[in-house]
Amino acid sequence: MKFDAKSLLAFVIPVGLILVWQALASVGLIATEVLPAPTAIVAAGWRLALSGELWTNIGISAWRAAVGLVIGGGIGFALGLTNGLSRLSERLTDPTLQMIRTIPHLAMIPLVILWFGIDETAKIFLVALGVFFPIYLNTLHGIRTVDSQLVEMGRAYGMSSWGLFSRVVLPGALPSIFVGLRYALGIMWLTLIVAETISASSGLGYMAMNAREFMLVDVVVLSILIYALLGKLADSIAKWLERATLSWHPAYLHV
Amino acid sequence: MTVATLSGRARANVAFAPTDRGPPAQTPKPGAGAQISIRDLSKSFGSKKVLTSLDLTVPAGQFLAIVGRSGCGKSTLLRTLVRLEEPTSGAVMVGDGQRGVGRIMFQEPRLLPWQRVVDNVRVGLSKGLPTAESRAQAMDALREVGLADRAGDWPSVLSGGQKQRVALARALVSRPKLLALDEPLGALDALTRIEMQSLIERVWLEQKFTAVLVTHDVAEALALADRVVLIEDGRIALDVDVGLPRPRRRGSAEIGALEAQILDHLFSAGGRPSDDRPGLEPGPVEYEKAYA
Ligand SMILES: Nc1ncnc2c1ncn2[C@@H]1O[C@H](COP(=O)(O)OP(=O)(O)OP(=O)(O)O)[C@@H](O)[C@H]1O
Ligand SMILES: [Mg+2]
Repeated sequence: MKFDAKSLLAFVIPVGLILVWQALASVGLIATEVLPAPTAIVAAGWRLALSGELWTNIGISAWRAAVGLVIGGGIGFALGLTNGLSRLSERLTDPTLQMIRTIPHLAMIPLVILWFGIDETAKIFLVALGVFFPIYLNTLHGIRTVDSQLVEMGRAYGMSSWGLFSRVVLPGALPSIFVGLRYALGIMWLTLIVAETISASSGLGYMAMNAREFMLVDVVVLSILIYALLGKLADSIAKWLERATLSWHPAYLHV
Repeated sequence: MTVATLSGRARANVAFAPTDRGPPAQTPKPGAGAQISIRDLSKSFGSKKVLTSLDLTVPAGQFLAIVGRSGCGKSTLLRTLVRLEEPTSGAVMVGDGQRGVGRIMFQEPRLLPWQRVVDNVRVGLSKGLPTAESRAQAMDALREVGLADRAGDWPSVLSGGQKQRVALARALVSRPKLLALDEPLGALDALTRIEMQSLIERVWLEQKFTAVLVTHDVAEALALADRVVLIEDGRIALDVDVGLPRPRRRGSAEIGALEAQILDHLFSAGGRPSDDRPGLEPGPVEYEKAYA
């Protein structure tokens, strides 16, 4: 009961703002061309949902995000593990990776368009590049900062290399890996918005840009809100995963 | 009770004459304890010599305490016993020389925070064991240290003393022939410390493994050990048999006399200031303060 009251508290301000927004729009204090009323946005969403356009675009954007995350995150995770466990591999690859990291990945857009056109590959490449570094860096950091005393204990108690990795090193690195994942999710949506807005023929970003050409402000605002919702959803999933796997962590013990 | 003060390697053997604490040494129960024999052990880290030509024989089932100044190489010696360090030269033989004969308990509990208490104890068992069997053994070990009711908890909710008891259960669950203890009680408050000392003494009396305890606290060494050795300049400088009956009374006259003797030696002419504590003034009072 107490919990319910507390979580309701969080909704007071957003709901209040929407009510004020609706009221101001209804009496004509906010011009429709600047910011349509919340009801108009809901109506636009309903219209696009019925026509199926909304679902197609959400589906395409989510697919691009997921594929980019799996590819970039997977490579980042694998390289982070390898470089965390092997000094040789780190010496060989880390300096190069750190050099590439200094290039903002969105600055690659013109080049990526030259390489891949406005194809799917271009967007997936950009997302993968964007999520790679936070996951790589945090995995590497997580493995490097595993308590060496625990590793020594594992060795003294006769753990095999695999046992040490799966029972000591990986669980110890997990909190840091999750920090990387949540950071990567933010970058994933940001990259996708930019890429889809600049060059695409489908997806949420395209839907927004297309609506802009026809002055459909309600669809533009709708797209922005859906991006926010998707970002929130991804973050919630990551949070849930974190809570499920880090239940031993003092920070989650009483949640 | 015999006391031997050694000035060098030449006389080292004197100290290793059979002790007057006979039975466990002469007729060890099969599988109960491992004999330790260290011959001419040297250990250096880079150019820094820590142990030089150290000889030591510990009969199976003996409770040995190692004391000495900070940085004299006590931990290093202990770690060679469980093969966490390899000797630079010389030989260290524990039991029949197999791996996994000995278990070590560190100053910190070193529990895996992401495993429940019972699973932390199971770390001490070999992986070949069926889960049900290893859980049962882990629960037995937890019962032994009085923590069976905390088996399902995360380590982070335990107190310092409880964590150290879980670490003891983990060390004992595989019934090791050697238990190496590296100041395991150093971080505990005085009362918990005394409780832990009796717990360690009790399981040692029950299981009769060979125990090697490194401690800063001479009184603790004398309360628990059959024999106390003092390490100085990389070798054994003093070897004292403590033939007092158990359970020992804290603060008894005999313990007091032995304690004074060991402390005197620590701060006598032979005791150079350690490299970790330059300029330490000799005297038992300072010793107490410095290591309190
Ligand atoms: N891995 C290592 N690399 C370099 N030097 C080391 C290493 N381990 C120990 N030493 C050095 O060896 C010496 C003995 O260390 P050790 O830890 O055995 O001392 P100690 O007697 O246990 O001291 P304390 O009572 O403070 O725990 C110290 O001078 C220490 O600096
Ligand atoms: Mg030490």
